[in-house]
Amino acid sequence: MSIDMSQFHQVFFEECFEGLDAMESGLLNLDTGDIDAEMINTIFRGAHSIKGGSGTFGFHDVADFTHVMETLLDEMRDGRRKVTQPAVDVLLGSVDCLRTMLTSIQEGESVDQAAVEKYKHALEVQLSGAAGGAPAPEQPSSRTEPEKADDEVVASEAYEMPEQGWKIAFCPYLDLLKTGNDPVRMFRELAELGDYSVSVNARDVPGLFELDPEECNLSWTLQIKGDISLQEVNEVFSWVEGDCELDIQPLTKPGKTVPAVKKIEPEPILPETGAAKTELDETEAKTGTGNPESIKQSIPQPDNDQTKSPKSSGSNSIRVDTAKIDALIDLVGEVVITQSMLGLISENFTMDQLEQLKRGLSQLERHTRDMQQSVMNIRMLPISFVFSRFPRLVHDISAKLGKKIELKLVGENTEVDKAVVELINDPLVHLIRNSLDHGIEMPADRLAEGKPETGTIELNAYHRGGHIVIEIIDDGRGLDRNKLIAKAVEKGLIAENSLLSDKQAFELIFMPGFSTAESITDISGRGVGMDVVRKNIQALGGNIEIISQLGKGTTISIHLPLTLAIIDGQSVAVGDEIYIVPLVSIIESINVTEKMLNKIAGKGEAFKLRNQYIPIIRMHEVFNVPPKDKSKPSEGVIVVVERQGALCGLFVDELLGPQQVVVKSLEANYRRVEGISGATILGDGSVALILDVPGLVRYSNRQTQLSSAA
Amino acid sequence: MASILAVDDSASMRKMVAFTLKGAGYEVEEAVDGVDALTKAQIKKFDCIVTDVNMPNKDGIALIRDLRSLPDYKYIPMLMLTTESGIEKKQEGKAAGATGWIVKPFDPEQLLRTLKKVLG
Repeated sequence: MSIDMSQFHQVFFEECFEGLDAMESGLLNLDTGDIDAEMINTIFRGAHSIKGGSGTFGFHDVADFTHVMETLLDEMRDGRRKVTQPAVDVLLGSVDCLRTMLTSIQEGESVDQAAVEKYKHALEVQLSGAAGGAPAPEQPSSRTEPEKADDEVVASEAYEMPEQGWKIAFCPYLDLLKTGNDPVRMFRELAELGDYSVSVNARDVPGLFELDPEECNLSWTLQIKGDISLQEVNEVFSWVEGDCELDIQPLTKPGKTVPAVKKIEPEPILPETGAAKTELDETEAKTGTGNPESIKQSIPQPDNDQTKSPKSSGSNSIRVDTAKIDALIDLVGEVVITQSMLGLISENFTMDQLEQLKRGLSQLERHTRDMQQSVMNIRMLPISFVFSRFPRLVHDISAKLGKKIELKLVGENTEVDKAVVELINDPLVHLIRNSLDHGIEMPADRLAEGKPETGTIELNAYHRGGHIVIEIIDDGRGLDRNKLIAKAVEKGLIAENSLLSDKQAFELIFMPGFSTAESITDISGRGVGMDVVRKNIQALGGNIEIISQLGKGTTISIHLPLTLAIIDGQSVAVGDEIYIVPLVSIIESINVTEKMLNKIAGKGEAFKLRNQYIPIIRMHEVFNVPPKDKSKPSEGVIVVVERQGALCGLFVDELLGPQQVVVKSLEANYRRVEGISGATILGDGSVALILDVPGLVRYSNRQTQLSSAA
Repeated sequence: MASILAVDDSASMRKMVAFTLKGAGYEVEEAVDGVDALTKAQIKKFDCIVTDVNMPNKDGIALIRDLRSLPDYKYIPMLMLTTESGIEKKQEGKAAGATGWIVKPFDPEQLLRTLKKVLG
């Protein structure tokens, strides 16, 4: 049977990358000083699995490379070698190298042999180093092993080939059956080799009363004739070595005596039984890695396979919990049942079946909704996909900067849409780099400030409403509002005597062209960073906030929608148009009376709600839609929305009802429009625009300022 | 047809083993580590166990030892998949009650040949 091994490659690669990530995080934890055996074992297991898999699936370069890593890790695991920082660094480098190597193989590119050799050499230097006392034995690479072993087999076959066959005395110990071995099966195997005969010796079988049926009391003498090598015979018995007395003699021509070729004694582990060891190695070569021909046939060469698999298959596939798929399949089943029920009703429909039809339709609606939920669930990934890369980043950068920094990850299992996961990585990297570079002080400065020497950066993720919130909290020096304002004035970004709240002052760092770093480093931005970060997050439908206390630290919070594909919305009518207001931003909807309304000179209108003045945005005016009959806020409805803590009232004609809408990109189909985040198609086929509340408020404020200035 | 429990923490190896065995007509169930395997083996009696050695939670050798102590698995063949070329692991496995071993890397044909050896 020939099996196409390439079908397992994708799983194998994914597993390798996961293993590498685990190794990396394990290695990073190792160097914090506390050496724990379980941790080393986890790292070892990562290398071990990759080696095993790559050997089986035909990636011999990878197997060779991981073999060296594994050897080093094995010595660490057994305590034969100390875990030193240089060794950890080399291993970390090797993890990177292996990752690059696997990526290249996966994408069908050629592997950078120079880099591979460099790390392999570095690993070998570590291995041969005196760090662990005894230098590591030079192990042959797994690739050369079988060839060497095969030679031995050939050599031994050359002079061990008897002319006629073998005579085997097989006397199992009582416990032989307890390992699951069965003499009958072994004899059957022997019978396949050649012409065989067997005689049983039952003289040791006790009487019925003493007989323990679980013990093997029989022994056998076997004869096998034919052109059979000792190797083949030994292989049949290789698993019962130590569980029996075995004496294999060549069948000889009458008159000629040949000494016993070999007698296997129990406990062949003892070092002096050199013969047993060689024999084992041969067996292994035969069962394990021998027969390179057949391997070649069944395992497609990596090159062939690479051309077959699409280049970007890695990032487009997704690993899903089986439970999620099962739930979805259940639902599909329900929908099918409902559909056939509806089909039955419609076949001979009479008015008295109306109730039934309605029930069916509402069932269908419920199932569709659940199904949608399930499908969305499949796209949800834990944020740890992003977070897991940061320990390495922090490790590398803090070493470079000479700072001591501990990274805490909280809420790694918080789930978020795959698309968000992919897009949030770069902004987060940027923010963390900023915290590392500008936030956390040098150890000496921290001590002088009376803070612990080691700074802390905490990454925290949690769900709030329909959003995921990601916080980056550092206990560094914090932002100095006066310095920020001075800088902004100097750069001409704000007027000299501007009165800014703390919040507004901190927001300055998001302005284009603003950078407070006294010196530009290669680690964080050159003043082009934060505004881009904010822009990217806003493009994802999120927002970013910053809270800071001088000398205490900074917290940056990012709010992002859980999914970009579907939102809960409230449809509202404005003139002849329908708009969708995202439900998450709506606080309440109310009718106002004339008395509540106030005109504020130069600042538009506002209304008083529970002792708070809330500005009103007339949607007709913003979008230039002719009002139908409701031209005064008191005639329509005010939808109170929240925008970063501040309230705002949208004046619309009427509320049409909440609904889930599928977001279609406006940028992809038309172009970006301020105040609009996308569009959707309604049940009747018409198109409704989805409001981007923060953008709309900004846009409207600017318009008001313009008109009042005019 | 004989039923086999394939135990490996590596999904790709497990799939390869399972696919190969299914292709040969065996009935196969998969387990991700020793603990999972022990649970599954107690729900249903398998005719053969094929297990990886190095696994988290419970390794292959501990699994074999635990299974051997169950009446149902006293004589069931148990094979370990090992990359460890040293004889220590094999001896350790044998001491725990392993029937035999298959050395990684192996190809599907080798796997089937070895299984034929223990399944009557």
